[in-house]
Amino acid sequence: MSRVTVDGLFMEYDRTPILERISLEVASGTFCAIVGASGCGKSTFLRLLLSQERPTRGVIRIDGDEIAPEPTPDRGIVFQRYSVFPHLTVCGNLTLAAELKRSRLVGRLFGAARRREKDAISDTLRKIGLWDARNRYPAQLSGGMQQRLAIAQALVMKPKVLLLDEPFGALDPGIRADMHDILLTLWRETRMTVFMVTHDIKEAFKLGNRVLVFDKVRHDPQHPAAYGATITYDLLLDRNRRKAPDAADRSGPDLAGSVH
Amino acid sequence: MTATDTGSSDIAGAAPNGPRRRTRHRTRIVNRKPSRSAAIFLGLLPFLVVVVVYAVASADRLAVNPQDRLLPSIGQMWETFRTYAFTPDQRTGNYLLWTDTFSSLKRLFLGIVISGALALSLGISIGFLPMVRAGLAPFVAAISLIPPLAVLPILFLLLGLGDTAKVALIVIGIAPIMVRSVSRSVSEIPEEQIIKAETLGASTWQMITRLALPQAMPPLFNALRLGLGPAWIFLISAEGIQATDGLGYRIFLVRRYLAMDVILPYVAWITLIAYLIDLSLRLTARRMFRWAYPKGAGL
Ligand SMILES: Nc1ncnc2c1ncn2[C@@H]1O[C@H](COP(=O)(O)OP(=O)(O)OP(=O)(O)O)[C@@H](O)[C@H]1O
Ligand SMILES: [Mg+2]
Repeated sequence: MSRVTVDGLFMEYDRTPILERISLEVASGTFCAIVGASGCGKSTFLRLLLSQERPTRGVIRIDGDEIAPEPTPDRGIVFQRYSVFPHLTVCGNLTLAAELKRSRLVGRLFGAARRREKDAISDTLRKIGLWDARNRYPAQLSGGMQQRLAIAQALVMKPKVLLLDEPFGALDPGIRADMHDILLTLWRETRMTVFMVTHDIKEAFKLGNRVLVFDKVRHDPQHPAAYGATITYDLLLDRNRRKAPDAADRSGPDLAGSVH
Repeated sequence: MTATDTGSSDIAGAAPNGPRRRTRHRTRIVNRKPSRSAAIFLGLLPFLVVVVVYAVASADRLAVNPQDRLLPSIGQMWETFRTYAFTPDQRTGNYLLWTDTFSSLKRLFLGIVISGALALSLGISIGFLPMVRAGLAPFVAAISLIPPLAVLPILFLLLGLGDTAKVALIVIGIAPIMVRSVSRSVSEIPEEQIIKAETLGASTWQMITRLALPQAMPPLFNALRLGLGPAWIFLISAEGIQATDGLGYRIFLVRRYLAMDVILPYVAWITLIAYLIDLSLRLTARRMFRWAYPKGAGL
């Protein structure tokens, strides 16, 4: 379960309001797509959900508990860029979380323990189509491959909430469609709550079963920056997606389950 | 110069004017690349020019005055070099070139290794931990402004005339800039990666061992390569001022006898060693940090 509650959220940067009066209740397993004009505060909202920033006012809760004041493994993130570690191979990027967990002191496993973690991610590697590239470094991967890796890496920790900030913004349209399929499959399997920011309205309606539109409702012509943005449209799409996870569970191996 | 016409000839041939009026496509000079052998030849050319110019100038002077010491012939320098390398010194019984080289390299390596260790530990702490940055960055910035040779007398007074003062001079001379360059690289690690590591459950210490340290290694090797030049300057200066052996000591010693036939081969020898150290650092970094050099291009 991962119900997200946002209560009376205000966010100011240097006394300039960016977000105001955001209250929201998101049911567990919702795919929330977020759209809005550039600079209206979508990334800021994700940063608040991740605790990368602290809100000026208001609280965010997951399953009733206030989120920790710094990023923690219960919330996964995929940025538009720089999400994967350039000094680790594809394999190394995916085993890192397990290594950090098993080896508190140096965060590194050797020998048999390391091989075991490598075996544990082989299913994931095949599923995201990176098996053949498993020993390559991110600089040797295409943009789409890097983002698939970033998504898989974020899912390794089985987060309750997955945050995606324009994850496919830098990819060309053909590859995007493939990425959508992969993301939807993973979402159905894991039943996480997803927040995804996108500039592409079509993408938002294709992927999301709830679409949030951010915009300013109050305008002061003398001071354009006097007011922040809030959620102006909140569209629940009934597409029977909520049933899908069970079907997918029975048919395919659970991605997050194959990984620790 | 022949202009290349690859590709354009087909188009020109199909043009209504017929094959007689072939448009010859002139590649811009920026797009012309030498072949491998041509590149090697072009690279060697300046060296050859210098050697030839020197040989001619030296022959000219020696023709006027066979006793001239300023521009000894290349053969004479080679003889002297061989004497230093393969004949024991009459007074000490040492092979001077090798004892000098050994003493100098020992000081240089100690200085470089200590500076590298400082650059790595301080550079990562300053670049990665805001608290340490606030405490130490201004201090390191101030230290790096001290002209190292100005403190050499202090070092000789405090640490004696032995190797310690010379190693200390190298460290004071190059460590601050190395610390600064490593810490800048570490602080430029994208915030996204740090956030990502946190969401993967990393502690601060684990972020240092698995994120900051590996990403600080290529910059460290760059800093070492850049630090080597100044390190040689400080080493030779310290040896020239106060030493009983070493490459710099020898050069400053024989200067009194106008022994250019010793000085010039020693300078060439130092240059060769410096080149080999730089080359080995570069190749080591390439081999060990393949992720940072994806295409193997550039320096
Ligand atoms: N660290 C900061 N300090 C001050 N202002 C900031 C900061 N970060 C963002 N802002 C401001 O907050 C506003 C919202 O930024 P944000 O990045 O959330 O927009 P966005 O909706 O994600 O835009 P885009 O669609 O272009 O990514 C912008 O006007 C920006 O100038
Ligand atoms: Mg944004």
